[in-house]
Amino acid sequence: MESSRKARGTKTQEEQWMVENDVGQIYSSVSSIPPNAQSVFLEIRRDNHIQYLMHGLNNLGPSFSTLDANRPWICYWILHSIALLGDSLDEELEHSTIEFLSRCQDPDGGYGGGPGQMPHLATTYAAVNSLITLGGPKSLSSINRGKLRAFLLRMKDASGGFRMHDGGEVDVRACYTAISVASVLNILDDELTQNVGDYILSCQTYEGGIAGEPGSEAHGGYTFCGLAAMILINEVHRLDLPCLIDWVVFRQGVEGGFQGRTNKLVDGCYSFWQGGVAVIVQKLHSVICEQLGLSKVLDSECDSESYHDYETSDISDVEECTVETSCPLGGTCHRRKEDIGVDFISNKRAIAPIFSSMHLQQYLLLCSQEGAGFRDKPGKPRDHYHTCYCLSGLSVCQYCSSADADSPPLARDILGPYSNLLEQLHPLYNLVLDRYYEAHDFFSKF
Amino acid sequence: MDVLQKSSERIPLSQRPEYADVKPVAQDDGPNPIVPISYTDEFRETMDYFRAIYVTDERSLRALQLTAEAIKLNAGNYTVWQFRRLVLKALNADMNKELDFVDGIVERNSKNYQIWHHRRWVAENLGTDLSTRELEFTKKILSKDAKHYHAWSHRQWVLQALGGWKDELAYCELLLKDDIFNNSAWNQRYFVVTRSPLLGGLGAMRESEVTCTVNAIMEHPENESPWRYLRGLYRNDTQALVKDPQVASVCLKILTAKNNYVHALSMLLDLLCHGFQASLEIRNAVYGLSDSGAQGSDLVKVVCSILELVDPMRANYWKWRRNMAPAQAAQCLKDDGLTGLSL
Repeated sequence: MESSRKARGTKTQEEQWMVENDVGQIYSSVSSIPPNAQSVFLEIRRDNHIQYLMHGLNNLGPSFSTLDANRPWICYWILHSIALLGDSLDEELEHSTIEFLSRCQDPDGGYGGGPGQMPHLATTYAAVNSLITLGGPKSLSSINRGKLRAFLLRMKDASGGFRMHDGGEVDVRACYTAISVASVLNILDDELTQNVGDYILSCQTYEGGIAGEPGSEAHGGYTFCGLAAMILINEVHRLDLPCLIDWVVFRQGVEGGFQGRTNKLVDGCYSFWQGGVAVIVQKLHSVICEQLGLSKVLDSECDSESYHDYETSDISDVEECTVETSCPLGGTCHRRKEDIGVDFISNKRAIAPIFSSMHLQQYLLLCSQEGAGFRDKPGKPRDHYHTCYCLSGLSVCQYCSSADADSPPLARDILGPYSNLLEQLHPLYNLVLDRYYEAHDFFSKF
Repeated sequence: MDVLQKSSERIPLSQRPEYADVKPVAQDDGPNPIVPISYTDEFRETMDYFRAIYVTDERSLRALQLTAEAIKLNAGNYTVWQFRRLVLKALNADMNKELDFVDGIVERNSKNYQIWHHRRWVAENLGTDLSTRELEFTKKILSKDAKHYHAWSHRQWVLQALGGWKDELAYCELLLKDDIFNNSAWNQRYFVVTRSPLLGGLGAMRESEVTCTVNAIMEHPENESPWRYLRGLYRNDTQALVKDPQVASVCLKILTAKNNYVHALSMLLDLLCHGFQASLEIRNAVYGLSDSGAQGSDLVKVVCSILELVDPMRANYWKWRRNMAPAQAAQCLKDDGLTGLSL
């Protein structure tokens, strides 16, 4: 028995072949349908998803007890999904949400997983993002920023990283959730960012991706966290970006979706964690050139007009640019921390996508999308977490080929009907862009 | 006193004399909570009693018992775990028994941050040599799931904090023998080779590691793990990678075999971008893969064009590499003081 098993394949190979088989069956059954009828399968079942999400907002069964310390997360997964689908809550529900999250807010700062629970960085991130997604002065002013900053400082660890909660674990997630919240609320300063870059840098592995802790395996979730945090503290140039990029592009498999780690299985949620990294990297071209020691930025790479003519760009169009003028994200510039989020999204100088957007959309729409809600892969059950990150991944795909944030995507960049178009998000925070702008304006006033 | 042996046997807290003076505290969900969970009576009662103890900061034996019950209902409640740690300290509790406690619940909850963090805390507090026990513990988890992220992190922490490096490289080799595609085992191998105080460090280990890795590559050229590991062995020393004949040799062998050669081409591309001068054999092997008359033109361009065709998922990436490469190679020549020489 043992030898025949080995003759077939290792555990990794067998599991992979099974998924490829499941996914392959779905793709071949859809492609055997006449093209006109195919579009039904490629439609985002908007109403069904919203119904599923709204139901979760109002009522969760007893099996959710294992998420009793994560309720702001459930809130964010649902609210963000609804916002991406272009919908919103009625006033009553908005009010209830603000009320509930206020009860999760600790008097000494930060938000816990439920009323009366200790504040925790992840639930703080989820609560803040939920409130920003709701928008409006009532929602935004309910956040006690002064106390929150004090909480963040208490969570700083000697290693440079952050602890998730008092007496809690230190890892790259904690760094990201703390930095993201501080950045979006305009309370980020040197005291908070000190040594964070050192810690995150020590978590970049030999593979190029970023691990949860120094020494651990490169992983999509942590890579997103590490990269986004480094950008927000203006130290992204310290990461080995060419190595990171090479690692992340190889995380997209034959199925079209992304895997979290080398030789592991595809999962819809990595559409955001990894897909998001791929999209973020498009805006880091000048930093990368700097790292490769190239003083000449290839003009054809940055020219937004030639964006869609990427395939035909001519190498001989090299133009001399100095690092200062061409790199809004380079380490040599001294930009104010409160501008980084806005500058990032408004930076028009970007390269064309380095991943396959259409293949990822195909995986999401045909393999992750259920009747209502989204799932990891065929055979797995749907949940709110996957619904959130699959939709986030879809949005990232839809907008990745647009040269700037103001021009809407072309129909050819959207898989399925154009009505599939979701709201655009800010990849560093994973917030719907309009809501991010509103929060940025609100919190820059004081 | 474990009153949770069977849920049908559970005695409600309200009926237990040892909790008679405790006034349960209801959750302050407010009048119209969102994402409300329909708790079972057992869950609600346990958490109401926990809240009472927590609010008064009672660090007693019955408090300890209560945290155990709350954890069994929701192992993700970090507030309960943190409070349990305070109680354990206050009672000067037997930390070995605490390890037994974690052993008991880890099977159902192994993908839970709180359990692993608690385990680490207990091990830190024990101060005695726990290395063997903890390595056995993680080994058991890994025998069921050889890529378990928390288990690997814990294992690495144990090695660094408590030692036990002696058999670790052998353990990696065992796992790789069983599944050469297990990237977690490759990652652990890198960890051991670079950090074990018993080995000589990367410099001393590199040559033998390269040989091992090349063998793994030859077995399955489509396996990404050993290719990344190989690059990793030359981290911060790219010129040594470029100059290692074993590296060029394995690329040549695979390109010549014309099977599963994406990673070989990708490696060759990296080498070329760092100033590698390809031999005639390698050039011919590459041209042999391209059906267009690409001979004589820039090898980097040919490699990228082939990759765009045989690795279409990354076509956009290879295009970008193709555009970036000439400037990179030119920079390499500059760095080597070879300006003026044509590519």
